[in-house]
Parts: sequence; structure tokens; C-alpha cells
Amino acid sequence: MVIHTAVRTGASLPDRPYGQLECEHVDVYYGSFRAVTDVSLPFGIHEVTALIGPSGCGKSTLLRSLNRMNDLIDGARVDGRVTFMGEDIYGKRVDAIEVRRRIGMVFQKPNPFPKSIYDNIAYGPRVNGMRVDDMGDLVEEALTKAALWDEVKDKLKQSALGLSGGQQQRLCIARTIAVKPDVILMDEPCSALDPIATAKIEDLMHELRDEYTIVIVTHNMQQAARVADRTAFFTAQVDETSGDRTGVLVEFGKTAQIFENPQDQRTEDYISGRFG
Amino acid sequence: MTTTAFRGQLEGRPRPAEAAVRLLFRVAAAATVVITIGIVLALVIPSIGFFAEVPIVEFLFGTRWAPRFADASFGVLPLVTATLWTTLIALLFAVPLGLGAAVLLSEYAHWRVRKVLKPVLEVLAGIPTVVYGYFAVQFIQATVLKDWLQLQTGSFSVLAAGFVMGVMIIPTIASISEDALSAVPNALRQGSAALGANRMQTTLRVIFPAAISGIVAAVILGVSRAVGETMIVALAAGQQARLVAGPLEAGQTMTAFIAQAALGDSVVGSLEYDTLFAVGLLLFIITLAVNFVSISIVRRVRKAY
Ligand SMILES: Nc1ncnc2c1ncn2[C@@H]1O[C@H](COP(=O)(O)OP(=O)(O)OP(=O)(O)O)[C@@H](O)[C@H]1O
Ligand SMILES: [Mg+2]
Repeated sequence: MVIHTAVRTGASLPDRPYGQLECEHVDVYYGSFRAVTDVSLPFGIHEVTALIGPSGCGKSTLLRSLNRMNDLIDGARVDGRVTFMGEDIYGKRVDAIEVRRRIGMVFQKPNPFPKSIYDNIAYGPRVNGMRVDDMGDLVEEALTKAALWDEVKDKLKQSALGLSGGQQQRLCIARTIAVKPDVILMDEPCSALDPIATAKIEDLMHELRDEYTIVIVTHNMQQAARVADRTAFFTAQVDETSGDRTGVLVEFGKTAQIFENPQDQRTEDYISGRFG
Repeated sequence: MTTTAFRGQLEGRPRPAEAAVRLLFRVAAAATVVITIGIVLALVIPSIGFFAEVPIVEFLFGTRWAPRFADASFGVLPLVTATLWTTLIALLFAVPLGLGAAVLLSEYAHWRVRKVLKPVLEVLAGIPTVVYGYFAVQFIQATVLKDWLQLQTGSFSVLAAGFVMGVMIIPTIASISEDALSAVPNALRQGSAALGANRMQTTLRVIFPAAISGIVAAVILGVSRAVGETMIVALAAGQQARLVAGPLEAGQTMTAFIAQAALGDSVVGSLEYDTLFAVGLLLFIITLAVNFVSISIVRRVRKAY
């Protein structure tokens, strides 16, 4: 199956993005198991980068290494460098909490806090001690950017758990926006949503791209084609020395090129549906 | 398959094993109810005899408890004050330390540490209370309070009893609230961390509120154990029924009185014998009230979200 959805032309994109966030020879281990091997990848500023590839190839693992969410997993370890504005985020003097404030994350399953809609948004600014003149305005702004304001403006004090799945996911995006990060990482943000909610979130990504650098993991190739400026294709390959399956980067380029003119046979097989 | 051939295939078949199991559960459920009603009746019936002779107001608000004296007096307040003091002192130690231990174990400790400490905690919760009682009277009261701290206190005090009772219920509160905290999905911890919250903020503002009903259940259980605890208070708080006005004073709690009276030689059916049930009924009602209040607090907190 060849994807015929309108692929963003990307005519204005430079050949190599300016890497605001960048991986250099990144390996990620769980204990002694190397889940991701030697990934080098620049994520362009104010671009949407899609990470695609078969299940288990380490997309989520790599994504979590970009804002040190792996620190929360026992036994997880990152080798190589991940730089943000030129600084190694795994550097000795770097505070993981500050990293996560600059590089936010939206998860596969919506995970609103069991608090009111308002408090879900206000939580991030509060814990970060952000100087906010009017929290109400900030909440409205975040919800508006996440295309949720009109649906919830009359029930800000109600529990976030009462929202639908799609609304919850947009709330989680709004919550992330409220701390004003520079980068937003999204791990299959639409996989639990219906096509209408998905379309809303995709529209949202177009909007957000003007202000944020976005990295999105997705299994939906039409979605990658629709939203991403650049696409990185990963696959799981058997490591010659250990015999383990490990995730490697196969090909990275402008989305149009990856989908219309892949350079690697494995990429072509995958996007044309010939691969698992 | 034709309709005639199909006919009858949806009809129920007898399932004897399931019927037997259902019967078994019905009997178990009924037994619980019957036993509970029995206990209440056993308390209420003798109490009726008691309140026929002693006015309820005199019982509840009288300040002198001397059921065995010639000029008998049945004001239960002295016993209630002793119970209140020991319970409050116990909770003062047990709630912060128990919750602190739970947070440490669930949110901070390495999983290897947790795997060792959790069972230790559960074993601690099973130490016989008479052991704690002797510890309270011999070590805390005699050595720590009197010798080391040189406090003005006799052989017994509600402080020693309350403190040791607190130590006794720490494992219970810690263990149950640790379960409640651990049951909060990791997705919430990750969501909070991804917004730049540190561990303490995540724990206090997200995990704790999410686990609040389990934590309140743990505290209620702690309160119930403290109110109902007998051995420690009988040994360490003393057996003298008097209004307790300070932590260094001695006093007889409701449970200590019941234990003392039940071991005595009161004639069955006498007024002296019935006092036991009146105090027991009051204890029962207090515990029940604590439970109801706590449950309704939890409901109110949870209804919001
Ligand atoms: N917490 C963990 N502990 C140990 N191994 C893990 C952990 N998370 C992932 N792995 C392993 O790392 C490899 C990559 O997993 P990852 O979840 O990153 O894949 P993925 O590409 O995101 O897959 P999917 O598309 O199914 O989400 C897998 O072999 C997985 O079993
Ligand atoms: Mg994944």
C-alpha cells in the first residue's frame, strides 16, 4: 500500500535541521539488555519529527531518554549524548527536573490527575514555582491552545476524570503546554482515540508547531505523513555479538522523501505494508 | 441448523457445584450478620438492666467512677478521659511516623529495600500486646520518663501507655497506607514528573490525594486498635479510675476497666456486673462513630473527584 495522503511538501525545510534537541550515538539499556543501539538524530527546532517502526523497536524507549523519563525506571541507563541547546542533559550538574520542565511529555494513555480540570492545568505552573499573574488566564490560554476550552469552560471545577478519552488527552496536552516547555514529546498520543478526536489532535499539532518542537511516536503512517516534517524509521535488528534484538535507526529524512522515495529496502517494505 | 433442531439449546442446565458454592457463601454471609447482631444484643440487654438503675445522664456526665464502693458512683467520664488521652497520644506518634514510613517505602525506597522491609513491618504488627505492655511500664515509664528525663510521674502514666501503643500501631498504619500508595498507577507519577515536579511534590500533591481513602482506612484502623487496646493500657496507664488532666497522670481506660471487672468476682446479673456491659456498649458506639465519621469524610473528599 502506497500512502497517497497529502504529504507535507517541506519545500522550505533545510536539508539538515538545526538540532535544538539532538541524540548522538545513544544506546539505552534495561539492565544488561540493550533496547536501543547507536541512534544519532537531530530534532529540528519548530518541526514535527515522527518516529515510526514496528512494535518493540525501541521508539518509546528512545523518546523517554530525551527528557530523562527513563530515570524513573529501575535499571534503565543511557549511553551516548542527548543534547538540548548544546548541553548534555545527562551531564553531571544537570537537574532532571529542569530538563523535564523544558521538554514535556504526553503519554499513550491519557493520565489526568484525579483533580479538577483547572487544577490539572495549574499543577505544572504551581510545582515549578512559575510567576503567574493570573492563573485563570493561564489555564484558559493552555486549554484554548489545546482546543479544549469551549468544551470545558463551564466545568473547570469538575473532575478531569469525567472527560471523554479524547478530551482527557487534550487536557494532558494543555497541561504540558501550561508549563511552557520548548519541546513536547508525544508517545502514540492518539492510539486510544477515535478518528474525530485524532483529527483534532493532529490539527493541534499543526498549530503547536509554530511554538514548540514536537517529537511524536506513531504507528499510524498516514498520521506521520500528515503531521510530520521529518520522519525517522526504526527497526529491531538482531545484535551480532549478544544475539539480542535491539532497536536501530534505519533511515531519517524529510517525511515526503521517506514515504515517496525511501532509500533503504527495509523502510520501503515497512511503509508499503510488506513488513510485520 | 433448522429452527426445530436448535430449539431448547438455550435452556438452562442444572449446575450442582455452583448451587452448592452459592449456598456456602449465603451461609457464611448470614453467619456474619447473625454473630454481629448477637454481639450487639449481648451488650444491649444487660445494659438495659444497668440503665434502669443508673440514669443515662449520670452515667455519661458523672465525674466519679466507683462502681464497687459502698457509696457507688457511675460517672464514666474518668474512663473516657483516660481512653482519650492514650488514644490521642498514640495517634500523635503513630500517624506521622506510620505515614512517613509508608511514603518512604512506596515512593523513595529502592525496590530491593522495599522487598525486605515490607514483611518486617508486617511481622512487627503481630507482636503480642502484652510484650508492649511490659516494655511500656518497665522501660518507658520507669527508666525513660522517670530516671532519664526526671519527669514528675508515678508508676504509671497515659503518656507511657499512649506512646507504646503508638509504636504498636505504626506498622499497621504504615503497611496499609503503603498498600494504598503503591496501588496508585505509575502513569500519574510519570505524568507529574513530566511536568517538572520533584518527588516530594508528586507524592504530596498527586499520589497522597489519590490514595486518600486507603490512607484514611489505615488511620481508622489505627484509631480502632488504640481505642480497643487493653493489655498495654491495663499494664502501663494504671488501674485507678480518675479524671486524667495531663499526660503524666495515671488513669484507667474503658478497656482496662472491663478487663479488671471481668476478671473480678461480680455476681452475674448484679448491677456491678452490668456496668461492664454498659461500658462495653459505649466503647462499641464510640468505635462505630469514629468509623462513620471517617467514612463520610472520605466520601466527601472523593465525591469532589
Ligand atoms: N521498563 C522496561 N524494562 C525492561 N525492558 C523494557 C522496558 N520497556 C521496554 N522494554 C523493552 O525494550 C524494547 C523496546 O521497547 P519499547 O517500548 O521502547 O518499544 P516500542 O518501539 O515503543 O514498541 P511499541 O510500538 O509496541 O510501543 C522491548 O524489547 C521491550 O521489551
Ligand atoms: Mg511504545
